[in-house]
Amino acid sequence: MDRQNHIAEAVREAIHANRPLQIKGGDSKAFYGYPAQGEPLDVSAHSGIVEYDPGELVITCRAGSLLSEIRSTLRENGQHLPFEPPAFGDEATIGGTVACGFSGPGRPWAGSLRDYLLGVKLVNGAGEIVQYGGQVMKNVAGYDVSRLMAGSMGTLGVLLETSFKVLPIPASERTLQFDYGQAEAIHRVNEWSGQPLPLSGAFWWRDKLQVRLSGTESETDRAAQRLGADRVLETTSTWEALREHKADFFTGANMLWRLSLPPATGPLDLAGDCLVDWGGAQRWYRTELQADEIRTRASPAGGHATLFRGPEGTERFHPLPTALKRMQAKIKQSMDPGAIFNPRRMSLDW
Amino acid sequence: MRPFECDGLSVYRKLPLLVALPEDTGQVREILKTCRRLSVPVVTRGAGTGLSGGALPLEEGLLLVLTKLNRILYIDPLNRTARLQPGVRNLAISEAAAVHGLYYAPDPSSQIACSIGGNVAENSGGVHCLKYGLTVHNVLEVRLLTIEGEELVLGGGALDSPGFDLLALVNGSEGMLGVITEILVRLLPIPETAQVVLAGFASTGKAAAAVGAIIAAGIVPAGLEMMDRLSVEAVEAFISPGYPRDAEAVLLCELDGGEAEVAEQMTAVKSILSDHEATSINVSHSEAERLRLWAGRKNAFPAVGRIRPDYYCMDGTIPRRELPHVLAGIQAASERYGLPVANVFHAGDGNLHPLILYDANREGELQQAESLGAEILSMCIEAGGTVTGEHGVGMEKIDSMCEQFSPAELEQFHALKAAFDPDGLLNPGKAVPTLHRCAELGAMHVHGGKLPFPDLPRF
Repeated sequence: MDRQNHIAEAVREAIHANRPLQIKGGDSKAFYGYPAQGEPLDVSAHSGIVEYDPGELVITCRAGSLLSEIRSTLRENGQHLPFEPPAFGDEATIGGTVACGFSGPGRPWAGSLRDYLLGVKLVNGAGEIVQYGGQVMKNVAGYDVSRLMAGSMGTLGVLLETSFKVLPIPASERTLQFDYGQAEAIHRVNEWSGQPLPLSGAFWWRDKLQVRLSGTESETDRAAQRLGADRVLETTSTWEALREHKADFFTGANMLWRLSLPPATGPLDLAGDCLVDWGGAQRWYRTELQADEIRTRASPAGGHATLFRGPEGTERFHPLPTALKRMQAKIKQSMDPGAIFNPRRMSLDW
Repeated sequence: MRPFECDGLSVYRKLPLLVALPEDTGQVREILKTCRRLSVPVVTRGAGTGLSGGALPLEEGLLLVLTKLNRILYIDPLNRTARLQPGVRNLAISEAAAVHGLYYAPDPSSQIACSIGGNVAENSGGVHCLKYGLTVHNVLEVRLLTIEGEELVLGGGALDSPGFDLLALVNGSEGMLGVITEILVRLLPIPETAQVVLAGFASTGKAAAAVGAIIAAGIVPAGLEMMDRLSVEAVEAFISPGYPRDAEAVLLCELDGGEAEVAEQMTAVKSILSDHEATSINVSHSEAERLRLWAGRKNAFPAVGRIRPDYYCMDGTIPRRELPHVLAGIQAASERYGLPVANVFHAGDGNLHPLILYDANREGELQQAESLGAEILSMCIEAGGTVTGEHGVGMEKIDSMCEQFSPAELEQFHALKAAFDPDGLLNPGKAVPTLHRCAELGAMHVHGGKLPFPDLPRF
């Protein structure tokens, strides 16, 4: 259903009354970032696929469209969103998916959500409907406002439509398992990533490294032989469980930290259970350590640490250097001068 | 200062007030601080190969040339990254990484000469974008000096960073937001093998249908290029790469990857080409043959340049399905203006490069060429595309921006620029037109596919 004029009107009223809004899609990722504040603006009814031509490799959807429906429409046409966004719930919408900017297990090799985002339509901080990017893969007219929206947590505008590049689902997939310790697993995967192999996933937990290969049948078979795994696994549900945080590692304890690091960084000296994903570039920690302890390990390695799930009272995101922090505030101000959208959802300063 | 009066778009020329050639980041910072204090505008320039006049100097401004910042700081093979100064040549990155079996994927046609700083500023593409992305997909970190001389580190060695994705914003920002002093790019493993197939077709429509069918078959070629009859005739006359002279259109389709994968997909592609009535199919069986087949495409611009003294290269992108329709429109406009247009096309990602042939020595012909070019860009917007796929707006397409974007959208661009450069000292007058300029021009935003000048035939 097309509700864009209704949404734009609601935004204009909110601006006029100086009444901040919290933008709501499926509420599947409400746990992420700081708690939402402001009057709820439900955009989930603004849904539906606006345009999808498989031959163009592009899909355009209204922001309230369910991620699950988009996935199944693409699947019927042998295509997918190569960045494998986690849904974290059946109600997840594509708008919320863009706002959070998460990517799944294939990210280091296939690219991230923002890499596949081609265009957006949104309501800006003046209550106007504006459009950036488009439905074409190459577009350098003006600043890339579309990609700026990825991961901006609804603080810069209300997304109305998003266009993504999509790709064919690889014909074949293999999952291999290796008995490696953490250091060896990280080193091996990074060596393999520098070789022409059809890698599409690599995670390590409790002395087991699992590697996914995607491509043509002959190519995945050949790569599997070449890597010579300890075991070849039949199941592929592993990767979905990993993506959706339904794997065993993610159940249990209270605090879940996400560390984003240069992939070849060796094991960090941090107490707690650790799952290494993205071939080393994304590391999940179940730990009760203080934020400062974790961040002082991540920073010197060239990375950052986010409290992904956990109780309030801890700074969720890695603090920014002063100059960058100031620039981020200016960007927010330039898009949303009235500070209407998702106040203090992403930064406690705004 | 003469060598600096223009970039790769030589129809615009201006001498700058002065040229600075800093040798390190500290000097860049001091230059920026001084310019800011004196309110002198700054235009940043790399190798000067840009095709949209983005590095056109300002008479009252300083031209900041970064070619002396040309060191590869390091290559990290395990993390697959290279840290570079902005003046490093694009091709030099792949040459230096080759010893590790790695390369830098974006390959603009000027890659022998163009610099990585300019690539980031323009978000440059190349012939392998469909599979490997643009510059924005291959850059992990940019160090940027603001006009205040303050350093911002955007991105990093990890795959993401906290806060807004300012790295995405800086890619393709055409020197409007800051001065790039260091770049970390990601490197990819060199594919095991690559093979190209050349096919001739009796019409561009048939060639376009074959492109759609290859993609619908689940194949993502490393490169997928189309040339029309005029371009083919020009390259055959120039270097004789063995293209079919009787074809109305030729397709070049390159597959890369593992030996088995490429062989499997090549079989599928050949059968699709036959099914779409290709009049000739020619597959490379050696690296020498592959390079020969590519030579025609890579020499298309200079070859076309031999037909008339001057050519004007356009850069619109359209949804692929619109190709036959837009080509027909270009043909009709070409006849109306009496100026030949040769078409070279990144068919995989919908990026058109119509080359308008003219003679600058003939009174009024440059203006005619520019006006024909603007019409072509209007057709691209109308087809749901954009006025620039990879060359940037610069000075050249600034008026077409009035047509592609609404006043509210343009105002948002200006607000973002002001966040970085409140006094508007960086590359002023480029990339994003003022609303005043658009109003004076009378160019209007295209609403709902309705063009201004509805009485003109558009096909």
